[in-house]
Amino acid sequence: MSGLRVSWQGGLAALLALAALLMLPIAEPSAGGPSVTAAILLLVALAIAVDAAPAGTMVRAAALLVGAHAGVYLLLGDLGSVNGAARGAFYLLLVSCWLLAWRLVSVLSSIRAASRTGEVALRLVIPFLFGVWILVLWEAIVRGAGIPFVLLPPPSAIAARIGNSLPILAADVNQTIFKAVLVGYVMGCGAGFLAAIAADRFVFMRRGLLPVGNMVSALPIIGVAPIMVMWFGFDWQSKAAVVVIMTFFPMLVNTGAGLAASGHMERDLMRTYASGYWQTLFKLRLPAAMPFIFNALKINSTLALIGAIVAEFFGTPVVGMGFRISTEVGRMNVDMVWAEIAVAALAGSVFYGVIALLERAVTFWHPSIRGG
Amino acid sequence: MTDRFRDKILPVTAILLAIVAAWYVGAYMLNAPFQRDLDRRAGETPTFSEFVVKTMTQPKPTLPAPHQVAVNFYENTFLRSVTSARSLVYHSWVTLSSTLAGFAMGTLLGIVIAVGIVHVTTLDRSLMPWIITSQTIPILALAPMIIVVLAAVGITGLLPKALISTYLSFFPVAVGMVKGLRSPDAIHLDLMRTYNASKAETFWKLRLPASVPFLFASMKVAVAASLVGAIVGELPTGAVAGIGSKLLSGSYYSQTIDMFAALVAGSVVAVLLVTAVGLTGRIVERAMGARPA
Amino acid sequence: MSVVQAQGLGLTFNTNDGPVHALSNVNLTIEKGEFVSFIGPSGCGKTTFLRVIADLEQPTDGTITVNGLSPREAREARGYGYVFQAAGLFPWRTIERNVALPLEIMGYPKVEIAQRIARTLDLVNLKGFEKKFPWQLSGGMQQRASIARALAFDADLLLMDEPFGALDEIVRDHLNEQLLQLWDRTNKTICFVTHSIPEAVYLSTKIVVMSPRPGRVTDVIESTLPKERPLDIRESPEFLAIAARVRDGLRAGHSYDD
Repeated sequence: MSGLRVSWQGGLAALLALAALLMLPIAEPSAGGPSVTAAILLLVALAIAVDAAPAGTMVRAAALLVGAHAGVYLLLGDLGSVNGAARGAFYLLLVSCWLLAWRLVSVLSSIRAASRTGEVALRLVIPFLFGVWILVLWEAIVRGAGIPFVLLPPPSAIAARIGNSLPILAADVNQTIFKAVLVGYVMGCGAGFLAAIAADRFVFMRRGLLPVGNMVSALPIIGVAPIMVMWFGFDWQSKAAVVVIMTFFPMLVNTGAGLAASGHMERDLMRTYASGYWQTLFKLRLPAAMPFIFNALKINSTLALIGAIVAEFFGTPVVGMGFRISTEVGRMNVDMVWAEIAVAALAGSVFYGVIALLERAVTFWHPSIRGG
Repeated sequence: MTDRFRDKILPVTAILLAIVAAWYVGAYMLNAPFQRDLDRRAGETPTFSEFVVKTMTQPKPTLPAPHQVAVNFYENTFLRSVTSARSLVYHSWVTLSSTLAGFAMGTLLGIVIAVGIVHVTTLDRSLMPWIITSQTIPILALAPMIIVVLAAVGITGLLPKALISTYLSFFPVAVGMVKGLRSPDAIHLDLMRTYNASKAETFWKLRLPASVPFLFASMKVAVAASLVGAIVGELPTGAVAGIGSKLLSGSYYSQTIDMFAALVAGSVVAVLLVTAVGLTGRIVERAMGARPA
Repeated sequence: MSVVQAQGLGLTFNTNDGPVHALSNVNLTIEKGEFVSFIGPSGCGKTTFLRVIADLEQPTDGTITVNGLSPREAREARGYGYVFQAAGLFPWRTIERNVALPLEIMGYPKVEIAQRIARTLDLVNLKGFEKKFPWQLSGGMQQRASIARALAFDADLLLMDEPFGALDEIVRDHLNEQLLQLWDRTNKTICFVTHSIPEAVYLSTKIVVMSPRPGRVTDVIESTLPKERPLDIRESPEFLAIAARVRDGLRAGHSYDD
């Protein structure tokens, strides 16, 4: 336990920081001046030193956390408001901080949490750090190298745009998600489910419908969007129609497969009880089919959003996420486009997350949920 | 063989026929109001059978009858030179080429990511949640963005569309391959350990062969997703070629028959692609000693 | 030099329901050429002990040497062959390529691989099935192929974890007989986990009786049966006496936690 143990990330970070020392200044012009530069180098050095010292895991993790993130925060601040001000030392220190963050994640990954909450917290923190660093690197490179705004705006600009366009974004979400997506999703999934139950009653129907459904699931159904817009007009009804068609087949196929999933032994058992068709359906086959049904619900949550947004490319009233994206692209207001995409991503994740939580509650017995 | 006929071919054919029949009924019902309007203005009073025929022969019907679509599809597929801008073969080829390019890149990317996730704990714990999140993003919303941005830096043509296909197709492959590379039983992994096999040997001799069925299953999904990406990628560009552009121009001029024919062409391409991947998978798995189904 | 020597060996798993003592204070010496059976109810640690020898589990107490080395060094020197409960053949490899697997990993030259495949498949009476895939063979034949795989390289120690547990009794008798012949011919040391008393008595020169909670050795019985053992030796009074002693040992272990 005694003595210094330098990880390869720490060693490399130290080398890069030393190289950066020879290539100062960080930025031209530098917003912070030499004192900020000194602070960054100190933070990095401190984090490397504590990580190499025979300290406890938590202490090392804390030092790395502070060193990497405070360091990169100061680094970004040093750029000031001038685009493309970064010099070589900036990138060296950026990579250096990033290596410390990598080291932090490795340290965290090696922790075997004693308690369940600790385990859950680790499972959230590690990917969160990864996401943070994607944004940090994006911000640093876009601003440091002065990449033109139209090409790729920095995350901070997108966040600012989200902040001051909330009413517009809310109206778009309401139009696209709460009207088109939800209505279409409920109708499409419901219809697919009922059709699968109906088809299941007749062997002939099941044998015919399931292969057809399987084939249709692979087709580019999204192509019906312009036709639906033509039939149902520009408002949300046409988008809901696209969503209905897109979600119907995955639900049909998965429910069909799920109803066939209960084992022979269990079905024979129900037979020995002289259980009727509906009793067997509700007590055995539907519960057994639940993992499949939730699989379809999850697939469909993504498909529904895609369907509604793409259908809006073919014509909408002057509100809606797809509408906003296509018009703002035309006007080269890329920050608004990115804001809209960020909101769509958030909505998509929340939608998916809600269904995943429901799934855990309903199919708690399934090995994939129990973690077996 | 007769079992196969009775259990599969007959029911599927019956369902397909039922769909076509329903389509005809739908075509009559959707086109009838407009036809009645036309007849009233022209002062005509056709018999019922004449009226039915008229609803099936409109030049721009609300819902074209199956035979109208079939005739259009046949003419534009087999009767035109494949270089003509009206040929569906030409448009399908344009879409197919970006589909295949995107599919190839997506599959490769998916495999690389999966290998990384299975072998590097840090990647497993930090990247996997984001890969799943990436698919809850309605990525097609990014399509116009990607294409416009890439056009701004001078990249046009096949690559931007292929990139969208790549994004859509890497996910099923990555997820499927992670499952596949982790599919070997504990017994098999212990066995490799008793041989003191290296990580590389375990990968090449155990994990990779074990993942092949998973790879082909996910490639079937990926190739279909890739086609969707290519078609949607053609929408916002004002592209002049491809199945997506065919749909778009059809919607501008209300050429419903053209749009349906383009949809049929897209479906044919999809079926061919999925079948091709499925067949390749069957051949490879058979060569690897899989029990014939 | 002893093949396996364990002193005060213990292994405790930490689970959500608290610590589980899979092995506790196990002292055992296995000499070269012995056929040792481990018998006991499930949870008695017999498989765990085998896995510790194989360096598939790490002990938390005591010491163990395999061929005078630590289990890890023995594994790195490819000092033993392991046969699992299931055949565990790779479904995408033919029988001969399955047998070739360890040889490929250990870097044997091609010509020698071919010779060894022929020799070991002959040893387990699987000649003529070289080009078959695993699913084309019966369960017993698959298990024989997996034994061939463990014999293909020159390890003097063979670890077998209930290798015939999943097979029916008739096939099992047959394979037991063949295994004895094989042991006789190859002069290997065999550690054999089972929960069948007749199987243990029939095969072994030494029977280790174990019991659970905590997993420990309750009795070690040196067999007095001759080396030459026809199947009907199982009706001899000597055989029945040893079987009775094993049964007593198992019962004593059980009463311990009642």
